[in-house]
Amino acid sequence: MKHPASSAARRIWPNATAIVLAIGFVFPVYWMFNTAFKPPRDIITEDPVWFPFHGTFEHFATAVNAPNFWTLAGNSIAVTVLAVGLSLLIALCGAFAIARMRFKGRRGILLTFMVAQMAPWEVMVISIYMIVRDADMLNSLLPLTFFYMLMVLPFTLLTLRGYVAAVPKELEESAMVDGCTRRLAFTKVVFPLLAPGLMATSLFGFITAWNEFPLVLVLNKEPESGTLPLWLSQFQSQFGDDWGATMAAASLFALPILVLFLFLQRKAVGGLTSGAVKG
Amino acid sequence: MAVQLDDTAEQAAPRTGKGGAPPEDGTPPEDGTPPEDGTPPEDGTPSARRGPGNPGPAPRAPHLPARRAPYLLLLPALLATAVFLGWPMVRNALLSFQNLNMKELIQHLTDWVGTGNYQEILGSEQFWRVTLRTIVFTGVNVALIMVLGVLIGLLLARLGKKMRLTLSIALVLAWAMPVIAATTVFQWLFDSRYGVVNWVLDRLGWHSMADYDWVGTQLSTFFVITVLIVWQSLPFVALNLYAATTTIPRELYEAARMDGAGTWKVFTSVTFPFLRPFFLATTFLEVIWVFKAFPQIFAINQGGPDRLTETLPIYAFTEGVGNLHFGMGAAISLLTIVVLLAMTAYYLRLTLKQDQQEENAP
Repeated sequence: MKHPASSAARRIWPNATAIVLAIGFVFPVYWMFNTAFKPPRDIITEDPVWFPFHGTFEHFATAVNAPNFWTLAGNSIAVTVLAVGLSLLIALCGAFAIARMRFKGRRGILLTFMVAQMAPWEVMVISIYMIVRDADMLNSLLPLTFFYMLMVLPFTLLTLRGYVAAVPKELEESAMVDGCTRRLAFTKVVFPLLAPGLMATSLFGFITAWNEFPLVLVLNKEPESGTLPLWLSQFQSQFGDDWGATMAAASLFALPILVLFLFLQRKAVGGLTSGAVKG
Repeated sequence: MAVQLDDTAEQAAPRTGKGGAPPEDGTPPEDGTPPEDGTPPEDGTPSARRGPGNPGPAPRAPHLPARRAPYLLLLPALLATAVFLGWPMVRNALLSFQNLNMKELIQHLTDWVGTGNYQEILGSEQFWRVTLRTIVFTGVNVALIMVLGVLIGLLLARLGKKMRLTLSIALVLAWAMPVIAATTVFQWLFDSRYGVVNWVLDRLGWHSMADYDWVGTQLSTFFVITVLIVWQSLPFVALNLYAATTTIPRELYEAARMDGAGTWKVFTSVTFPFLRPFFLATTFLEVIWVFKAFPQIFAINQGGPDRLTETLPIYAFTEGVGNLHFGMGAAISLLTIVVLLAMTAYYLRLTLKQDQQEENAP
């Protein structure tokens, strides 16, 4: 029906828009890395230097050698991984209950998590500070871990609920008819189907916990007890005029999440598709 | 990330027969209850009537632990929520009735002032101005995010494979940028002297923008914040919308096209109705996320110039932590929660209603 020429012509506008958009979305990320690699004389110029022709690692050296970088990077990784792991475990149990079972108080519990998702952590720092202070746990990573876990828990639980509900119950039932216990049916049949959902939600968890700023700012004041967002903000107030070093610091902070996302994103969005198919 | 999923699935559920008999109710009602399908047995009654004398063989699921199972499964999540969210909330509520400043904090003094903090806040013009500003700010951002996000999502669906991958990767990179890093980069992009934005505007012939100070006025600061937030939020909506459209049965589109529907008509008659739960859930989440946006606004200009870009979360933080009026900050934060609840009440009610329908559905 269609002539190939006209279909190619019809693709011009979508393609052109897509290219412009892609450049727009990538540019800030590119400009961060670009600046991080440029020697200072190429950064402070009247005309921007679009490509780091005279690439240098000096800014990265400045960033890495800034006080406590490695300690705080370790803290960040530990807190993030623990918080996300714990919340996935807890949320999966809850999501299963809410998606598959009917029980008294179910709606109330559902509402609880929806409201919990709205919790303005930024403005509760005062009460959290006092609770943690009274427990004598300021400057410790443990309270951070637990609070981060709870920050991602409601979203994780509500989202996983959708993934669990999307796995046909018949699959599980037939496994149980075949003599599986409920738990075995879950681990053998349902869990593998949930893997994409777990990846998608853990991505969100990672980015939330990795980013958290107000709480760590108030709770962990000792220089070695914080996380990377704190380090980056302090770095910036210290090196603010040194855009090369600041962008190198931002790059180091962003890189793990960017890499993780690029690796997992396809699975996440794919999982979403297969999850949403049930309709 | 798959937020809309929970609701897509929730809606899908009745059709796949999920709403009917709950799994723990696998046993046939041998205790004389009429086999009414319409009323899903509320947990207590039927099993209680089953009684100890007649345990009832469970062909598939053992029902005694099953009755407690949902609560046991939810226990860790509820416990964690109670301890790490409930407790700070209660503490926060108590603080909001106290006069708590630096002195009281250091000396561990408790000075109750009743509703004094609330009277002061609700009586101040500043609070209402900030509230209105927050609502407008949230509305504008969410509208931009939803409209542009949907357009980009639909564009993704129309692209060829290679182009789609290219745009997807670009979107993912913007999405994955940690907020603090992104904010830092935007400060650099909009730097008045060496920022690339001003350079481009200058080159486009807008020479007065060559050294423009973006954080100098309220509107221009909000402009930078909005560009930053929209840039970071679009990918979530666009990628998820695209993923969701792939689940729409092709026949629906073909039928619509056969009827001679144009692009807009196809969207309003097929895509939108089919993805209604997606739109509701995404809008709800974006409202929460934009409303609570903190590091973006705070890091760009600390709510300045002259506190003119303070939204409620920033206002609460500045009053509480910044100016060391902890009691006041706590009161503002509670009012902030009330405003957010009011803004999202429609969605919360809708979800609960839908859930109830599902519970009552055969």
